[in-house]
Amino acid sequence: MSNKQKWIETTLAKALERGKERKEFKSTSGFPLDRLATPEDVRGDYESTLGYPGQYPFTRGVQPTMYRGRLWTMRQYAGFATAEESNQRYKYLLSQGQTGLSIAFDLPTQIGYDSDDPVATGEIGRVGVAIDSMKDMEILFDGIPMDKVSTSMTINAPAVVLLAFYIAAAEKQGVSPDKLNGTTQNDILKEYAARGTYIFPPAPSMRLVTNLFGYCSVNTPKWNTISISGYHMREAGCTAAQEIAFTLADGIAYVEAALSAGMDVDAFAGRLAFFFASHNNLLEEVAKFRAARRLWAKIMKERFHAKNERSMMLRFHTQTAGCTLTAQQPDNNIVRVAVQSLAAVMGGTQSLHTNSKDEALALPTEESVRIALRTQQIIGYESGVADSIDPLAGSYYVESLTDTLQAKAEEYIARIDDLGGATKAVETGFIQREITESAYEYQKTVETKEQIVVGQNEFIVEKVPVGKLLKIDPATAEYQIKKLTDVRRNRNQELVQEKLAALRAAAETDANLMPYILDCARLYATEGEICNELRAVFGEYRATEVL
Amino acid sequence: MADKKIRILIAKPGLDGHDRGAKVIARTLRDAGYEVIYTGLRQSPEQIVAAAISEDVDAIGISVLSGAHGYLFPRIIELLKEQNATDILLFGGGIIPDDDIPALKEAGVAEIFTPGAPLADITNFLSSRYAS
Repeated sequence: MSNKQKWIETTLAKALERGKERKEFKSTSGFPLDRLATPEDVRGDYESTLGYPGQYPFTRGVQPTMYRGRLWTMRQYAGFATAEESNQRYKYLLSQGQTGLSIAFDLPTQIGYDSDDPVATGEIGRVGVAIDSMKDMEILFDGIPMDKVSTSMTINAPAVVLLAFYIAAAEKQGVSPDKLNGTTQNDILKEYAARGTYIFPPAPSMRLVTNLFGYCSVNTPKWNTISISGYHMREAGCTAAQEIAFTLADGIAYVEAALSAGMDVDAFAGRLAFFFASHNNLLEEVAKFRAARRLWAKIMKERFHAKNERSMMLRFHTQTAGCTLTAQQPDNNIVRVAVQSLAAVMGGTQSLHTNSKDEALALPTEESVRIALRTQQIIGYESGVADSIDPLAGSYYVESLTDTLQAKAEEYIARIDDLGGATKAVETGFIQREITESAYEYQKTVETKEQIVVGQNEFIVEKVPVGKLLKIDPATAEYQIKKLTDVRRNRNQELVQEKLAALRAAAETDANLMPYILDCARLYATEGEICNELRAVFGEYRATEVL
Repeated sequence: MADKKIRILIAKPGLDGHDRGAKVIARTLRDAGYEVIYTGLRQSPEQIVAAAISEDVDAIGISVLSGAHGYLFPRIIELLKEQNATDILLFGGGIIPDDDIPALKEAGVAEIFTPGAPLADITNFLSSRYAS
């Protein structure tokens, strides 16, 4: 009998006779949690399962010096109203020590509609900035040197179009594409699964994804071509284990699509980036990041036979979990965000967005964004957790959680493989069903108070009025539409029509569409016009609803 | 509950893709004995009202997290009036600041549930409406 077993049968048994534990302890992924992890619970040999940062299997991190070389990029997702107003917010954030930009686009922009399209009514500038043409991108980056700043763009279905606007606007600043640094989210599969801003059906969408890979591998070597995102699936309700599995399954689908398009794995895999959520369960989250890193390295090496170590590195952005924020007692959210940020940093993230305390109520104010950014700075400069690499490694508990989460994720990936891969799994609604089921199960635990949400279902206070919230000026839409009308009036109409026609013709072939879209962008063709040419050829996706 | 099941249309109006809340509410109401029809994403106010009438529902519940509530709720009320269908109740939820709620209620929205509202509040609200 092991010593642990002896302890269970003697000392522990006696204690449990005297008094029961508070509850049954389970991970948020649903598996039972051991009350005490010991060396017996950690399997696997150190060198092969953990190793060293910057070396396969990258469990301990992707860079040899991690945060000793440079802290993670502090990158607050921001954007609202017009390019003019968002440009002011970006300059403010940069002046406060933020080190990278992250653009939030409004919904019409994310779904390929111009601001004067009837479906855009009520939505212009609401959840992000409205960008209709290259003109808006020029305004957005006015006074911000595009060769110096790294920019992440949360844009998916029309990622090729917004990247074209970005490249064209940079050219006007005198910055060539090879100098550009940043990321396009460009992850369409999770849009079908959870986020909802799809335009085209899966097959042509996957073509656009790989067109962007192909263009960037030649022209923008520093650009991260995709950010394969678990964040939105987690926000929609999936568990930590499912987040790893669904994200990496999507990753597998993108690699397969690029290989089928004739690309060499090491030509593009090093530019793939990932994006995860960070939740309140600190140690499970740290384990999640480590398990994801180790599993992706294994997949790239064993399944896809990558040769370059960079192709095996899972580099990721993290955002703290929006769905954990409460509208009640919003100041409590500052604490949640701090815990979640610690998990991201101790999990080895490359960049981080911290949510603001008021985001269950509205878009954040400048003051609440500053507190969110300061949270990162306190962790980076004061807490000491960034001083030594992967500081929780060797914790029996964290290592056993890392192993378990990896095993659970591998089981899911095997199921998705059996279904024919991630594209098939979203087409048939498998992933949507899994997410919805987890969300519903979770909500029931909140309802019964099996899960305490402080300030929301327990420790409640009389409602106190919240302070100032950000309001979008109703004149925004009118202003944006006027600007768009001016752009259309002042361009070479004939040339625009010619280039749009060339794009449509190219869409009918197998050509890489990026150069055609760039031609249109440079002439101030609008996003809606470009996307309508593609809609005419590709059609639009209609979701099958899964409850 | 009465012989005829109460029918409720749960809808996602506008371009917003956040459907976790809508789906959880739809499941909750179904488990509570209502007949629930879920429209899926990107429904225009016109589509929602047309679906409500053709499905002969008693109530419409919409979920808006995109900040477009100030347009979408009143527009649906307006269309219900045009169709002489004001017997259909409109309720909803989402990221809706307290300050915006009075105007929505004045426009004719029966109830607004904001983040963190217990599911029981929603089922209690409906059962009190359809008690007889």
